[in-house]
Amino acid sequence: MKRGMRRFGVFDFFNTLIMLGVCFMTLYPMWFVFINSLNAPEQAMLGTVNWFPEAFSLASYSVVFNDKSLMNGFLITTLRTVIGTVAHVLFTAIVAYGISKHKLIGRKVYMKIALITMLFSGGLIPTFLLMTKLGLYDNFWVFIIPSMYTFFNMVIFMSFFRTIPESLEESAKVDGASDYGVLFRIVLPNSMAVLATIGLFSAVYHWNDYYMGVIYIRSQEILPMQTMLYKIIAENSMSFMQQQAMAQFGARLPGNSIKFASMVVATLPILMVYPFIQRFLVKGVLIGAIKG
Amino acid sequence: MFPFRTDQLKAFFRQWQLQSMVVPGIVWMIIFCYIPMFWLIIAFMDYSIARPMLESPFVGLKHFQDFMSDERFWRSIRNTLGMSAIKLVLGFPIPILFALLLNEIRSLRFMRTVQTISYLPHFIAWTIFGGILLNWLGEGGVVNQLMIALGLQDREILFNSDPKYFWWIIYFSDVLKETGWSAIIYIAAIAGIDPALYEAAELDGAGRWQRMWHITIQCIRPTIAILFILAVSGMLGSNFEQIFMLKNNMNMRMAESLDLYIYNMGLVSGRHSFSTAVLFVRSIVALGLLFLANYTSKKLTGDSIF
Repeated sequence: MKRGMRRFGVFDFFNTLIMLGVCFMTLYPMWFVFINSLNAPEQAMLGTVNWFPEAFSLASYSVVFNDKSLMNGFLITTLRTVIGTVAHVLFTAIVAYGISKHKLIGRKVYMKIALITMLFSGGLIPTFLLMTKLGLYDNFWVFIIPSMYTFFNMVIFMSFFRTIPESLEESAKVDGASDYGVLFRIVLPNSMAVLATIGLFSAVYHWNDYYMGVIYIRSQEILPMQTMLYKIIAENSMSFMQQQAMAQFGARLPGNSIKFASMVVATLPILMVYPFIQRFLVKGVLIGAIKG
Repeated sequence: MFPFRTDQLKAFFRQWQLQSMVVPGIVWMIIFCYIPMFWLIIAFMDYSIARPMLESPFVGLKHFQDFMSDERFWRSIRNTLGMSAIKLVLGFPIPILFALLLNEIRSLRFMRTVQTISYLPHFIAWTIFGGILLNWLGEGGVVNQLMIALGLQDREILFNSDPKYFWWIIYFSDVLKETGWSAIIYIAAIAGIDPALYEAAELDGAGRWQRMWHITIQCIRPTIAILFILAVSGMLGSNFEQIFMLKNNMNMRMAESLDLYIYNMGLVSGRHSFSTAVLFVRSIVALGLLFLANYTSKKLTGDSIF
C-alpha cells in the first residue's frame, strides 16, 4: 500500500492516539514497578501513580541482592535456562534430522508414534506419578528431561532441514563424512536461524516458568526464582528475605518495594535481550503458524 | 513394524547412525507420553502410591459416578466454559481489530515500534504480570485510585477477593498480555495481500472502510476461520498459569476451572484415581473437539489443521 500519500485525517489522528494508548498501557505497568522498586519502602507502600521515584533509595535492591535464597533461585533459573535450552535444541534437532531422512527404515511408524503424542496425552496426574516413579520429583532434572522434546519444534526443524540442498550433504558424504558428521558440520551450521529461534523460545519458557517448580519441587535449594516469586506474590508467604527486611526496618513491613525489586531482577534479563531477539521470535511464530 | 527379513535387518544395522538419532527420541516419547497415557487406567482403579499400580483393585466406573455427582465438578465446568466463552466472544476479535488499525498507520517506523512494544507482555512471566495486576487491583492499588479519582467508585473495591470480578480479570489480563502477540498472524496475513487489489479498489472509489471490509477482511478470512475453530476446540482448556497466579481462597468459587479442579483434587487432596477419571473424560472430549475442528475447517476452507 502507498503509505503517507493521503492526507493525515481525523481517522489517522485517532488511530495514532489508540496506538499510543496501547504502548502506554503496555509500558507503564512495567515502569510503575521499576520506579517503585527504586522508592524508599515506605513510599512504595502507598502505591501512588507516578512518573519518577519520589524518595529514591536502593534499600530494596540491597535486600534482594543480599538474600541468599533468592540469589540461589536466580542461579537455579539461569542453570535451568542454559542446560534446558541446549538439551531441548540438540535433542529435538537430532531426532528431527534422523526422522527427516526418507531412507530411514521404520520412518512411517516413527512418525505415527510421534503424531499420536500431539493428539493425546496422559495429563497432569499420570505425569506426576511417572515423575515420582522416575525419581524426578524434587530433582533439578525435572526441569530439563521432560521438556527436551516437543513434536511441534521437531516439525519445524524437519521442514527447515529439508530446505538445505541435498548436494551439500552428498558432497560431504563423498568425502567420507558419517551421518553425525554431516549433521554437525553441514546441516546444523546451515540452520542457525531456526536453531536460534527455537532456542530463544525454549529459553524464554525456562526463564518464565514457575509452574513446574510449584508442582515438583519441595527443597528450597533447587527452587527457581519464578516459583519463589509466585510464593511471595500470590501466596503472600514471607520469604526469608522479607523476614530479614522486617528485622531491618522494624515493624513497617516494606513488602511492596521488595516485591517490585525482585520482579525487576527477574525480568531485566528478558527486557535487555528483547530488542535484539524479538524479530527471531516473530519469525518463529510465523513458521509455526504455516506448519501448524 | 521393524524389519523381519534378513536383508532388511542388515539394512537397518547399516544405517545405525541414523537409527541412533531417532531411537532415543522414540524412547523419550514412550516414557514421557505413552506411559502416562497408559496410566490413565488408574481412573478405573483405587490407586494408592504405596503399592504397585497393577495390584490396585479395579473399581470400574466408581470414580466417574463420583465426580458426576460432585457439585464442585459441575461448577468447574461452568467456570471453564464461562471464562472461555468470554475470551472467545469478546476476546477473539480484539487482535484482528488491532491488526487492522495497525495496518492503517502511515509511518512504517511508528508501526514497527508499536508492534514490537505490543508483544512485549507475551514474554513477561505470569508471576510478574500477575504480580503487577494483583498489586493494582488490590487495596489502595492503582485501579482503585483511578476509579475513585474519576468518580466511578465512591469507595475501594477489593477486586481480587470478590469472586464476581474474577472472570473479567481473567479476560482483561488475557487481552492486555496477548493481544499484540496474537495479532502477529493477522498482520502477516494482511501483509501478504496483493497491493494491486487496494489500488484497483481505490480507482473504483472505495473509501478506507470499504477497502478494509471488502479487501482486508475478505483476504484474511481463512486465517480468521482456522484460528476461530481452534479457539472453539480449546474451550475446555484454560490458561493454567494465569488462573493459578490470580486465584485465591476468596475467589475460588469462580476461579476453579476444570484443570484447576483436577490439580486440586489430584495433587492437593491426593485423590489420584478420582482426578484421573476427570482427566480421562476431559482428554477424550478434547480429542473429539479437535477432530470436529479439523473436520469443520476442511469443510469450510479446504485446509485441515493436521
